[in-house]
Amino acid sequence: MSEEENSMSEIENQEQNGGVPDYIMDLEDVPSKLPSHLQVLKTRVICNMDAPQHTDTLQYSGVYAALRVDNSVRLDSFCNNFKVEVKRFTDDDIEFDMIGIDPAIANAFRRILIAEVPTMAIERIYIANNTSLIQDEVLSHRLGLIPIDADPRLFEYPDNAGGENNEKNTIVFKLHVSCKKGHPRITVKSDALKWLPNGSELIADNTKPNADSKAKTFTSFSCSQGSRPEFSKKPPGPYNLDIILAKLGPGQEIELEAHAVKGVGKTHAKWSPVATAWYRMLPEVILMKDVKDDLAEELVSKCPVKVFDIEDIGKGRRKATVVNARACTLCRECIRGGQEWEDRVALRRVKDHFIFTIESTGALPPDVLFTEAVKILEDKCERVITELS
Amino acid sequence: MEHGSYSDLSKSTFCLVDEDHTFANSVRFTLNQDPRVTFSGYSIPHPSENRVNVRVQTTGDPASEVLKDGCQDLMLICQHVRSTFEKAVNDFKTSKTGDDMDI
Repeated sequence: MSEEENSMSEIENQEQNGGVPDYIMDLEDVPSKLPSHLQVLKTRVICNMDAPQHTDTLQYSGVYAALRVDNSVRLDSFCNNFKVEVKRFTDDDIEFDMIGIDPAIANAFRRILIAEVPTMAIERIYIANNTSLIQDEVLSHRLGLIPIDADPRLFEYPDNAGGENNEKNTIVFKLHVSCKKGHPRITVKSDALKWLPNGSELIADNTKPNADSKAKTFTSFSCSQGSRPEFSKKPPGPYNLDIILAKLGPGQEIELEAHAVKGVGKTHAKWSPVATAWYRMLPEVILMKDVKDDLAEELVSKCPVKVFDIEDIGKGRRKATVVNARACTLCRECIRGGQEWEDRVALRRVKDHFIFTIESTGALPPDVLFTEAVKILEDKCERVITELS
Repeated sequence: MEHGSYSDLSKSTFCLVDEDHTFANSVRFTLNQDPRVTFSGYSIPHPSENRVNVRVQTTGDPASEVLKDGCQDLMLICQHVRSTFEKAVNDFKTSKTGDDMDI
C-alpha cells in the first residue's frame, strides 16, 4: 500500500512521523514533509456515505507552521509540477486534464470562459416586414442566440467607435424570405441569413437623401468588409446552417436586417463562446481490503459505470480490482449496504487534478478559447499592477 | 483605490472596480501563498455593484507592493499554464495526425 492508501483507522500509527524521533524532525536542515494522514486530507476530498469531507483547500502559506512545514507554493515548484494532458479534441469540444493547479485559478478560467471571452452575436434587428406567425420580439430573440462564425479578435467593441456602426465593429446580415400564395409552408433556417459586406441597405427614416450623396443607412462603412483577407477565405455567417428560425405559411413574408456586434457573456448569454465549460476533480477509488469471490462479484455488479473488474488469482478464486476510477461518478452505490462496505471501498477526489471540458459554440476552436481565457486573466493582473504603480 | 493608513503601510484594503470573484479569488490564492502575507481576503460589498474589496495584511512590507507581487505571480502562473497547454495541444495534434497516417 502506498502512503495515500492508509485508512483513517491507521492515523494513530502515523503520528510518530514514521518512527523518526522528534529531535531529528526539530533540526533545521531536515526537509520536513507532512505526515501522510495530513497529506491525504490536504490533497484529497474524502467522499463518505453521508457527505464529502475535507472539501476545502488550505491556501495560507503558514497553515502547517506548527509542523514546520511550508505550505507556500513558489513559482518554480508550480512550474515543475503543473501538467496538461489532452484527452479528447474535436472541432467543437476539448477535454483535458489540468494537474497541479489550485481550484481558485481553475475556476477563474472556467468563469472567464463562460462570461468574459468575447464573441460576435446579433444585437440589433431592423424589421422591414414580418407577416409571419412569430412575433417580432420572439424572432429577434431567436436570431440573437444564433452562434456567428466570425473571429471576434478581428473586431472592436462598439463603445470604442463612440456609437458609430462601422466596418470594424458590425457585421450586417439580411434575411428576406417569403412564401408564395398557393405554395406549401416553408421553414426558414439560419442559412437564409445573407452577409452584407457593404453594410446596411436600409435607409434610416429620419434622414432626407440628398441628390449628390448616398442616402444614410443604419451603418457607416468606409469600405467593404469583403476586401479583408480573413473574410475572403471564410465569409462570416451562422455557424450552424440548420437552426429553424420561423415557419411561413402561404402569403407570409419576413424581411429584416440583423446587426451583429462584439460582446461578452456577462452582458448576455448569447455572447458566451461556450455551450458550457466545466471541470470535475479526478475520482480516486481504492479498495482498503481485499474483496474476494462472491463479494467481488457483488461489488462489480453494484457499480453502474464499471469501475471495478474481477481478477483471477488462481485456484478458482477471484479478486476485485479497480480498473477505471476515472469513470466514477461518485454515485456511492459501491459503499451502500452498511459500514462493512464503507470500510472496504474508499472514494476520494484529487483536489488539484481537474478534468476540464470546453464545448465551443463555433466562433473559435475550443483550444483557442482556453488560451484566450488565460490571456484575459493575465490582462486583469496587468491592469491591477498598472493601477497600483 | 487603496484604503489604508499613512503610518502603517503593511495593512490595506484595495478597492478594485470592474472585477469580481474571478480575479479576487485567484489573487487571494497567490497572496496567501506568499510567506509575507499574514492575512488576505476579499469581499463583494454589494452584488449589484461592480467592485471587490481585497484586504491585505503583511508582516511588514507595504501591502501594495505585496499585492503587486501577488498579481505578478498570478500572471506568471497564467503564462506557464498557457505555454504548457499550447504544447500539450500541439503534441496531441501531431500524435493524432501520426495515427491517421497509419490508417
